[in-house]
Amino acid sequence: MITHPLLEATENQAKNQGKVKWKEKTKSSDMGCGLVDTLKRVELALRVKSIPYEYIEEDLSNKSPLLLHYNPVHKKIPVLVHNGKPLAESMIILEYIEESWKNAPRLLPEDPYQRAQTRFWASFVQQLFEAVLKLVTSKEEEHEKTIEEAYEKLEVLEKGMREFFGDGGRRIDGQNLGVLNIMVSAVLATHKANEEVFRVKIVDPERFPLMFSWVEQLNEVPLVKEVVPPHDKVVALLHFVRENGLNPSSS
Amino acid sequence: MGEELKLHGTSESPFSLRVVWALKLKGIPYDFVEEDLFNKSALLLQYNPVHKKIPVLVHAGKPICESMIIIEYIEEMWPHTPLLPTHVYDRNIARFWVKFAEDKGPAVWRTFRTTGEELAKAIKESLEMLEIVEEHSLGDKKYFNGEKIGMVDIAFGSILYWLCVNEEVLGVKLFEPHKFPRLHKWFQNFQEVPVIKHNLPNRDNLIVFFKRRRESLEASVA
Repeated sequence: MITHPLLEATENQAKNQGKVKWKEKTKSSDMGCGLVDTLKRVELALRVKSIPYEYIEEDLSNKSPLLLHYNPVHKKIPVLVHNGKPLAESMIILEYIEESWKNAPRLLPEDPYQRAQTRFWASFVQQLFEAVLKLVTSKEEEHEKTIEEAYEKLEVLEKGMREFFGDGGRRIDGQNLGVLNIMVSAVLATHKANEEVFRVKIVDPERFPLMFSWVEQLNEVPLVKEVVPPHDKVVALLHFVRENGLNPSSS
Repeated sequence: MGEELKLHGTSESPFSLRVVWALKLKGIPYDFVEEDLFNKSALLLQYNPVHKKIPVLVHAGKPICESMIIIEYIEEMWPHTPLLPTHVYDRNIARFWVKFAEDKGPAVWRTFRTTGEELAKAIKESLEMLEIVEEHSLGDKKYFNGEKIGMVDIAFGSILYWLCVNEEVLGVKLFEPHKFPRLHKWFQNFQEVPVIKHNLPNRDNLIVFFKRRRESLEASVA
């Protein structure tokens, strides 16, 4: 069993007392993009809504039959368990959290049209995530091609987000993050670490000034700081993944 | 609502059809704008600058893209005849299966566009998708949404209809009843629902259309 610096091996025998149980299936290779992204999306959402949760870590080399029972289709993380009922797929979990905890702050806009637009862009950010993941998992020879795919997505986002937010620019309410902020945080918060390890510019401030400044602002938000590991730790993890030829994956 | 509702789509698109089904199930009046995909209208390009694709639903001048996102919007604006379960947990299980259809469905579309090894791979992935749905999704329910059809039925209904068309085009049986008994029964029931029955593109026309496309595809790779 491979051990690594960030995995705190705490096995929580948490009792489900109407609290949310947040099961993370962690494999030492679920690092870099995988760890910081999808696992953190849900954590951010729970914290934004001030929902108490219990975090249960699972070591994949010791597969829990319970996890397979909870997510037989993909056998993937993350799985949110609310009162004994499991839910998989991070974006869907966010929708579920939104509907189940109707207290402010809202994760999605009230207006149905704005909601549709947010869903559209959230799904696009997901595509960006997949492009970045490809970059991280591909061989060095393929990097040039995969980075181009990521750039394509970033270009669309750069333009699309400008129109979406209008001339008011991006002002982030740290207490009221919302789905798009959460997704962008999760996918791009550690871009500098990725850039350092893979020696390639991803969120180039010259090409993508809006996206760059958005991510910078997000990284200043206290909630985001709580959830995203510091730069050096992520760099160490990414190096670890590369050296061990591991394949980061996530849902 | 009284505000203008237009759907930009085509008669041969399974994605367009999904939105048509949702609108008709709810009895919502709309205008259909048939797009020529080889000569996309300026309006379409303006409405969907990101993907330049149909379907696009335009409500009071505001465009919404992506078939399943459109249907979620329709569901929220016109909540009668719900296409999602009422219970929050069940709604999100439904959304999971919609996402599954969106993630794995493209394998079926690839069976239309590929030959040789790539085609074999696309077929394999399509069958894997069906196996998972057969085993994990439907259970003993009549429809994915329970007693009445809903979003998940719509998502898979379009995929299966086109898959069956391609069986004729390729001359290969893919959706075999003994392999997928639950899905088969569901699909029969699905096609019997009046709104669906009266809003299916003519199968023979589709077969002819796609046979011709396959012939040119195979000629180009030969």
